[in-house]
Amino acid sequence: MMSIAQLFFYVSAAVAVISGFMVVISKNPVRAVLFLVLAFFATAGIWMLLEAEFLALILVLVYVGAVMTLFLFVVMMLHIDWIVHRKAFVRYLPVGLCVALLTVGLSIRMLGPSHFNLANVAAPAAKPADYSNIADLGAVLYTDYAYPFEIAALLLLTAIIAAISLTHRRPKGRKQQEVSAQIAVRRQDRVHLIKMPSEKKR
Amino acid sequence: MVSLSQYLMFAAILFGLGVAGIMINRKNIIVLMMSIELILLAVNTNFVAFSHFLNNNTGQIFVFFILTVAAAEAAIGLAILVVIYRHKGTIDVEKLDLLKG
Repeated sequence: MMSIAQLFFYVSAAVAVISGFMVVISKNPVRAVLFLVLAFFATAGIWMLLEAEFLALILVLVYVGAVMTLFLFVVMMLHIDWIVHRKAFVRYLPVGLCVALLTVGLSIRMLGPSHFNLANVAAPAAKPADYSNIADLGAVLYTDYAYPFEIAALLLLTAIIAAISLTHRRPKGRKQQEVSAQIAVRRQDRVHLIKMPSEKKR
Repeated sequence: MVSLSQYLMFAAILFGLGVAGIMINRKNIIVLMMSIELILLAVNTNFVAFSHFLNNNTGQIFVFFILTVAAAEAAIGLAILVVIYRHKGTIDVEKLDLLKG
């Protein structure tokens, strides 16, 4: 008899794996991004099962809400002919399958039930009802990990500046004041005194 | 109860899918970056699973920082992608041979 936790795990894992597969094989990149979003949602469910509520919510809010939206925007901004890409797909399919099967096979051999089953690694005791994952993480994040936290903030600032300075284009044909040019102007640039003989009155 | 090995096997399968995606999609940088996101998701799932079963929240702190770095990486990567597309009119990996690598 399957418990609710097991049922939830199997459904979420199946959804995540199938949508991950669709990300890899789908022809349409918009569809690939949407399947990746589905994979993130399913994995967030699994993280909820692992009692990492804060990270599961962060995954949905930040990853699905911000990063995947960015992917969607870029996919829709670029006009690319996706159909021609099938040939390379078939060409690299065998080697890709071999490497993937080898990786998964070896990993499952090492991580499988013979080493990490419930008898070897017991499930942790249930947390008390007033346990808060966010308070627990925040207590160490702002004390023991304050310095890495600040570095992460700086890293994000660097990423913002890099992304903007890479993609920003100077506006063309916009009518605006150039204050520095206005200040730097000299009398000679504007007024020309021309010497000419005075004309006779008739 | 779901055992640790089940979570680890799930993460291994996601990781394998991401690796296969990188191997197979040699033509398209966007799908490549999405495969990298899949791999990062698998690694983070490993961290969270071990954090839960060892009753130690250091793993979750680690995932927090990995998510930060991955967001920065995705933003800069997509910015570079847009710049490349403006310059060359394509994001085909095999046509980006400017460095003659």
